[in-house]
Amino acid sequence: MDELVLGGHRFNSRLVVGTGKYKDFPTMKAALEASGAQMVTVAVRRLDLQAKGEASLLHWIPKDMVLLPNTAGCYTADEAVRTCRLARELQLGGENPLVKLEVLSDPKTLLPDVEETVKAARQLVAEGFRVLPYTNDDPVAAKKLEDAGCAAVMPLGAPIGSGLGLRNPYSLQMILDQAKVPVIVDAGVGTASDCALCMELGVSGLLVNTAIAGAKDPVGMASAIKLATEAGRLAYLAGRIPKKLYGSASSPLAGVIGAA
Amino acid sequence: MRATVNGEPVELPEGFTVAALLQHLGVRGDRVAVERNGEVVKKARHGEQRLAPGDVLEIVTFVGGG
Repeated sequence: MDELVLGGHRFNSRLVVGTGKYKDFPTMKAALEASGAQMVTVAVRRLDLQAKGEASLLHWIPKDMVLLPNTAGCYTADEAVRTCRLARELQLGGENPLVKLEVLSDPKTLLPDVEETVKAARQLVAEGFRVLPYTNDDPVAAKKLEDAGCAAVMPLGAPIGSGLGLRNPYSLQMILDQAKVPVIVDAGVGTASDCALCMELGVSGLLVNTAIAGAKDPVGMASAIKLATEAGRLAYLAGRIPKKLYGSASSPLAGVIGAA
Repeated sequence: MRATVNGEPVELPEGFTVAALLQHLGVRGDRVAVERNGEVVKKARHGEQRLAPGDVLEIVTFVGGG
């Protein structure tokens, strides 16, 4: 069985999906199910005290899915650490809870502030969290986060929600070569082929939200991304042929009719 | 006494506990997490943790996100 072992959990699916940006909860639920994902991200936000009896997100997330609370929207290590502690409390203080650590630097690019991310990661690891950090496609940053005790590293393919796909496969290759923890591409995926490409390079998994939630047919895109993730993984395991500049015939060169 | 709840100034009775505040707001304690002045107040302590003038409270829940 080709399992992904991540933060103390074993997953058959290598796809982690987000729960943001859906037009309604029924569509989200159908897309989550179609994706085959076994872990979903959720955000921590102030309760809307005016909206009494508002539908609960958790009601629409299949019960067997692992929750991965994020620190989206945090711009300092302190905010991110406080958010993780609240997320742990929301989950009734489970042992070694998983968190997706995200500390941003700027609202326009949504690129990570690696310095604050590393600082938060050290604190959270010390408090017993299993930390999955969103980071740049920078091997140096990835190594620092791994050394800080993170359970995985999650470099971006491109800015969050941009749909630009994997912009720097060579940096990702360097991160993969050195990493001793799972590498998950988090952010930037635009469509199914982006997923296949990342998986073919050997990443352990993918985190996708906008590409599914923002598609014309989110449920259809969730299926496409599921299949592409599986196809890319199978191709990686099967081992691709080396690239060559010139052609190499597939049929025998000898015995062609009319030869001298 | 004055306190701040989710960024909004509120006037609360003296000696209010976290549990009383949640009830006052019509919020079920098992659905939310509460932070008081930057520290989480665990659910088991909602009934005993009293609020003080000037407290800054955050009441949060899970929402959709990526």
